[in-house]
Amino acid sequence: MQTDVKENKAELTKKDFVSDQSVRWCPGCGDYMILANMQKAFARMGHEKQNFVNVSGIGCSSRITYYLDTYGVHSIHGRALAVASGVKLANPGLNVWVFTGDGDCMAIGGNHFIHACRRNLDMNVVIFNNRIYGMTKGQSSPTTPPGLKTKTAPDGSIENPFNIGDIAIGAGATFFARVPDNNHQLMEEVMMQAYHHKGTSVIEVLQNCVIFTDGIHEQITGNDTKDDNQLLLEHGKPMIYGKDQKFGLKVNGMRLEAVPLNGNTPESAGVLVHDVHDAGSQMHAALVKLQLPEFPVAMGVIRSVEAPQYEQDVHKAIERARSKTNFKSVNDLFHSGNTWDIG
Amino acid sequence: MGGVSSFQIQIGGTEIYTPGDKVDVLVVMNPAALKANLGFLKPGGTIIADKDSFNTRNLKKADYDTNPLEDDSLNDYHVFRTPATSLTREALKDLGLENQVMTRSKNMFALGVVNYLFSRPLDNIIVFLEKKFGKKPVMLQANRLALEAGYNFAVSTELMGPSIIIPPANLPKGTYRNIDGNTAAAWGLLAAAENSGKKLSLCSYPITPASEILHELSARKDMGAIVFQAEDEIAAVCAAVGAAFSGNLSATTTSGPGASLKTEAMGLAVIAELPLVLINVQRAGPSTGLPTKTEQSDLYQALYGRHGEAPLVVMAASSPDDCFYYSYMAAKIAMENTTPVVLLSDSYLSSGTSPWRIPENGELPDISVPKFDKPAEEWKPYLRQPDSLNRYWMSPGDKGFEHRIGGLEKQEITGNLTYEPQNHEKMTKIREAKIEGIAGKLPKQKVIGAASGKLLVVGWGSTHGAINTAVIELLEEGGKDIGYTHFNYINPLPENTEGILGSFEQILVCELNNGQFVNYLRAKFPGLNFKQFNKIQGQPFFTSEIKAAIINTLTE
Ligand SMILES: Cc1ncc(C[n+]2csc(CCOP(=O)(O)OP(=O)(O)O)c2C)c(N)n1
Ligand code: SF4
Ligand SMILES: [Mg+2]
Repeated sequence: MQTDVKENKAELTKKDFVSDQSVRWCPGCGDYMILANMQKAFARMGHEKQNFVNVSGIGCSSRITYYLDTYGVHSIHGRALAVASGVKLANPGLNVWVFTGDGDCMAIGGNHFIHACRRNLDMNVVIFNNRIYGMTKGQSSPTTPPGLKTKTAPDGSIENPFNIGDIAIGAGATFFARVPDNNHQLMEEVMMQAYHHKGTSVIEVLQNCVIFTDGIHEQITGNDTKDDNQLLLEHGKPMIYGKDQKFGLKVNGMRLEAVPLNGNTPESAGVLVHDVHDAGSQMHAALVKLQLPEFPVAMGVIRSVEAPQYEQDVHKAIERARSKTNFKSVNDLFHSGNTWDIG
Repeated sequence: MGGVSSFQIQIGGTEIYTPGDKVDVLVVMNPAALKANLGFLKPGGTIIADKDSFNTRNLKKADYDTNPLEDDSLNDYHVFRTPATSLTREALKDLGLENQVMTRSKNMFALGVVNYLFSRPLDNIIVFLEKKFGKKPVMLQANRLALEAGYNFAVSTELMGPSIIIPPANLPKGTYRNIDGNTAAAWGLLAAAENSGKKLSLCSYPITPASEILHELSARKDMGAIVFQAEDEIAAVCAAVGAAFSGNLSATTTSGPGASLKTEAMGLAVIAELPLVLINVQRAGPSTGLPTKTEQSDLYQALYGRHGEAPLVVMAASSPDDCFYYSYMAAKIAMENTTPVVLLSDSYLSSGTSPWRIPENGELPDISVPKFDKPAEEWKPYLRQPDSLNRYWMSPGDKGFEHRIGGLEKQEITGNLTYEPQNHEKMTKIREAKIEGIAGKLPKQKVIGAASGKLLVVGWGSTHGAINTAVIELLEEGGKDIGYTHFNYINPLPENTEGILGSFEQILVCELNNGQFVNYLRAKFPGLNFKQFNKIQGQPFFTSEIKAAIINTLTE
């Protein structure tokens, strides 16, 4: 059945998306917060439940598909994006969400990730970044910070980690957002914006794993530090941050610079204004790369630009070909060209 | 027509009697040569053309309005468009020859291509050239370089040698066209989509000799085909799994190396019990092997190449035209039984053409997809039809049927996750029984010749033509007690298989591998007396080889 989302005006609540399966994450795991916010956001989207498809790979994070009461595929390690691409292309009217981990998406699934970013099917990818392989008990992942001791790096990781946003934007992603797992309002809001974005939306959630990387994002997400260490981006708003919004970001030559406002208005201090729709990717690429301690870490929707959606183009091409052809059925195709009769 | 010279030779596995009236391969160096000689080419024959010389001026001289290499007029032939002039000049550029002399060497380029296509080494030609041009080192060098350039061009672009397939003499009544195995396989999927009322999703990654299925369906947007060229074979099969979950007839096409990459996701399709067709156009392996040469050596992979207990349906096509029927049947079986199906074709079938009787309306078997027609509350994801054990194929958009599936073991009926020991054993047995149960719906296995006696010749897949001819010739020569049966359904085997095999003293299994089907049969029917005849040269069987093998077995 091909679905048309626009016709659906479902009145649903968070509860409608709670499945009957018991949730099996460790108590205190950041995944619970993501689940709750997804259920809230799903209820707001106005789709009937049968038009949602959630696809995940393998990992603690990927188990979320069992807990969301819609259609879902808990696929194989690293391949959720490929499965989801097949789902969306087969039935473009579906509201498709991919749930994946830093290992699932950036290691074994890295190839599918970059290609999904460049193709731009209208689907949403939520990456649970706990900077570790949780499910397999604590090996290094492609986002493990240097120096962190893991099962596979007992002396501390010597690898250079991926910055997920950097890869996404480099690969042509049209939407990228980052949220901490403990900011519920922001997470729900970002999920809604991702939903409304037409194209592949990538959302990185800084997720705490209480078992293997407990506190790994604490410097960014902790109650005492979050104001100073997060730059909460909003379209059309100045890039200011800090407890009393006393700091701002400026351009200095080829670089970004964090400066105190010293009592000036952001405008008079020359602070940048966030343009989420800036088609050029330089500023967005610079923003995703901001790192402690020199800079705050950028949060919220960093990039959201329009570009053709792959599945729409494929189906338009099919419609065009169908309207032009004389073939009404396969039989017409079979009899086209040279045929001859026997008997 | 003036200015066109040609001559004709025959290459044959046995004695050559006369230059045949019609040729299998036509080499044309310009449009005029094509116009003058096309009539001498057999239907479905091969054209090797110098595409560089099909320019406006030459086309006009030969009275062509459009370029025959680019319009559809040569669709019934295998056409190799080679840049013979430009590559020959490039190869000879350092010899200091005049353009005209260089251009003349392009016949050697074409000979290089022909030698590759017919699996002939260049050594003899080089010896000949050395004799002929021994006193003119530059000419020797020029001919040799052009010859090698042609050969190397064919190697590096993975040109496929034409399979010369002899159609049966008495074709039944009907409307016919020529078709190659890959087009036929693509069209079988289109027909199955139409007859089941499903959309077709094809998700593939290019690989010789399977790419033409992907090409053909990419061009079949006019028939509504949704084609996805994925970033690799893993993505391809996974996207196909996604499309199947979404309720489309879903297929992925590949050859051995790609089939290897797809194994994990095929296991997912097995446990999720989703309909999926994997067409493996086999080539000689292992690894990159002989990419353009034929072999039947992926049978074990199809049968056993997944981790865990992961049975699925395995079938094989046996002629270019029946790639249509078997790809249709693969899709039908997959959808009706919510199971992945592997259809084995091979390089020989993909590049061969044979006359295909176009099915008349209503002639193909119906496809009825298992949909649950009672209220959703009565349904569960792993609820099964009692007789067939099929689960119902409900997909996104079906209201009230929202469910989750995946790679983890399922509880019987509910489909909920469970690690319960007894349940895993039970589900394993159910998955096995479901595939075995398909045997009862397959056409009965047929025997040619004697129904019982001394020797049963057994083949499967693309070797049908050669084995059939060999057996019929032996029967006509007075051979008695010989039967022949050819398998298209391999897992499960047709129900009457054991009865047929058990009626003969010896069973000679002929296949283009090191004995995969014979070992499969040995394991299934340990009491029977199996012999084997194998060829592993990247080449199809010759009739004479099969005849000799049969006679040897009988006189042993
Ligand atoms: C093909 C394959 N290789 C390896 C594994 C084992 N495995 C399962 S999950 C996982 C890593 C998961 O890490 P991540 O994606 O970060 O998810 P998390 O558990 O941290 O949420 C690995 C290596 C597997 N299931 N399949
Ligand atoms: S191991 Fe870590 S990521 Fe996995 S459930 Fe436990 S806390 Fe969450
Ligand atoms: Mg992780």
